Amino acid sequence: MINKKVNSVNDATKGISDNMTFMLGGFGLSGIPENAIKALVDSGIKGLTCISNNAGVDDFGLGLLLQKKQIKKMVSSYVGENDEFERQMLSGELDVELIPQGTLAERCRAAQAGFPAIYTPAGYGTEVAEGKETREFDGKMYVLEHAFKADFAFVKAWKGDAAGNLIFKGTARNFNPVMCGAAKITVAEVEELVPVGELDPNQIHIPGIFVQRIFKGENYEKRIEQRTVRQKE
Amino acid sequence: MLKVINEIFRVSEDKKQNIMLDKTGIAKRIAKEVQDGYYVNLGIGIPTLVANYVREDIEVEFQSENGVLGMGPFPFEGEEDADIINAGKQTITTLPGASFFDSAMSFSMIRGQHVDLTILGAMEVAENGDIANWKIPGKMVKGMGGAMDLVASAENIIVAMMHTNRAGASKLLKKCSLPLTGVGCVKKIVTNLAVIEVTDKGFKLLERAPGVSVDEIKKATEGNLIVEGEIPEMNI
Repeated sequence: MINKKVNSVNDATKGISDNMTFMLGGFGLSGIPENAIKALVDSGIKGLTCISNNAGVDDFGLGLLLQKKQIKKMVSSYVGENDEFERQMLSGELDVELIPQGTLAERCRAAQAGFPAIYTPAGYGTEVAEGKETREFDGKMYVLEHAFKADFAFVKAWKGDAAGNLIFKGTARNFNPVMCGAAKITVAEVEELVPVGELDPNQIHIPGIFVQRIFKGENYEKRIEQRTVRQKE
Repeated sequence: MLKVINEIFRVSEDKKQNIMLDKTGIAKRIAKEVQDGYYVNLGIGIPTLVANYVREDIEVEFQSENGVLGMGPFPFEGEEDADIINAGKQTITTLPGASFFDSAMSFSMIRGQHVDLTILGAMEVAENGDIANWKIPGKMVKGMGGAMDLVASAENIIVAMMHTNRAGASKLLKKCSLPLTGVGCVKKIVTNLAVIEVTDKGFKLLERAPGVSVDEIKKATEGNLIVEGEIPEMNI
């Protein structure tokens, strides 16, 4: 067993510095690497490019990094629900690249899988495809989209072991698996770090080979963005 | 299971007491397009309401692009789980037979045309099937989310929208004025006034909303409207 376990979030984020490009898992506030984000805020590093489907809310998730103006550029598919984000975007302080959600996922996966680029039909004929190579396959037009290049991927899983194997829960899975192994260093934080051998190899979503560092996260808030319920009849 | 499906989005509907009858009407009419065995992706807004009116004697599974197939109703109070949400970031539940998956697999279902029907809203649709629904220049842009992937790939796209905007201007145009979400992709449009098929020659009028005349629909449609023979009223 190759040991990937580190004892703290500080060990897990060793090597981060200004102007790096990070991938961060999560959809809305679900499945975001809460511990890593907090460590990035505390580190004070700046000029970051963050690849993440969303940008958090004002006081949680990536919104915490935005508040301290640590992010130079966001690459996302949807960035609503964040006033500070809007302010920085409109004032030109923050560079924003909006890309289709499936393209975001596939550009991560391409990096993970060793493809330099992929062709997707998404965005063809729109401003998203401007300046990009296009090509026809079987009568349909596609846009060439390049694999992301990132320094760190910060992901969050439900369970993991010291070998770096990961299991996700529910829709908190989202972008986390496709970011594993898609950056130079993948840092996984888990709610439960179980002894090696305890996870059933049949049930593992991401094999440890894609993960360089794993640690047990603490104090998960798991904030709900839109609490919707129904009444018992 | 069917009763449960029909309750999926009821809470959001109840919450909006001021919902216009014709938005519900649009949802009811579109629900008739949903067939047995369909996997369906519903957008936010009117499309969400469609789940309430799907026939009870058919089996349908709802996909949410953040990574769930077999979406169920909202949870009972106290049973919400931050790890189980839909693409609108609302807490949901799952039905028996449901599955979770990552974002790449989710869009494999969409781009790979495994999802049978996509229902989404729009700001504008052009007579060649172009759609604009993500950006208004000069206003804060929130992003396209999964809309561009959905419209670029789905075989069967139905647009649910009001026929005109708040200023009274037609949303069915010769050419979209807003930045596009996708080109030549919309197949059918259901509005508060009509059911329209997008053909090579333009908008073909299929059905009228109850009490609405062909002339009224013509007036509200800027793009070329093809009217052939007697146009029946919608059966809702």
